[in-house]
Amino acid sequence: MSDLRTPLARARGLGSAREGVHHWWAQRLTAIALIPLVVWFAISLVMLSGADYGMARAWIGSPLVMVLLILTIVIGLHHGQLGLQVVIEDYVHGDGWKLALIVAVRFVAVVFGLAATVAILRIGFGG
Amino acid sequence: MSVANRPVHRPLSPHLQVYRPQLTSVLSILHRATGIALSVGALYLATWVIYAAASPKAYAMFQSFNVSIVGRIVLGGWLFCAFYHLCNGIRHLFWDAGYGFELKDAYRSGWIVVAVSAIATAVSWIVGLRLV
Repeated sequence: MSDLRTPLARARGLGSAREGVHHWWAQRLTAIALIPLVVWFAISLVMLSGADYGMARAWIGSPLVMVLLILTIVIGLHHGQLGLQVVIEDYVHGDGWKLALIVAVRFVAVVFGLAATVAILRIGFGG
Repeated sequence: MSVANRPVHRPLSPHLQVYRPQLTSVLSILHRATGIALSVGALYLATWVIYAAASPKAYAMFQSFNVSIVGRIVLGGWLFCAFYHLCNGIRHLFWDAGYGFELKDAYRSGWIVVAVSAIATAVSWIVGLRLV
């Protein structure tokens, strides 16, 4: 098949979304990071079935779990936000709605990520 | 005609009304659907630690939903989505690296994803329900 790009587009190398490979690369990096994290978290979630308040807090507040849990939530939200952006770009055609939804998804991800991080630190360090 | 205005013959998308689903297309759609579900699930996970940090009363309220029938379906569904998206995501990473594009290989890896995620989901459900 012949190249579908014009010579100028080819020289710029930014693709049809006009922003290069950053999104694609970030999605892959977060995906690779999430492989061990999701396996660890899924096993932990099953093992925590039936755990009460004290047991759950003791687990969340142990140093290694704090680090892994913050990584899982923050990287997971980032990966989810990158994926949802593609879904929105594919199915929402009005430019205004498209931008509004992408911005809303980003804001929600940042707020929940920060709130969860503060909550985990609070459990770990007491207060 | 200038080079910039040259007509290009781009590939067409399939017409969904006359499209017979195959394993590959169903798994592709499922990857996106489970991805959307897991994004909501990530918010749920964040809410869990926020409630755990808040107070015993708040946590008890959250936990009472988790142990209800609906809560069990949500958590069990989360496990399925996580295992499926994980396995199929690894399949995607192999494609990104340039491996497994032959039709035969795409079907074989697809069935491996179905089998591994089904087994992992079943084991996690059985172990989880025994611990409750």
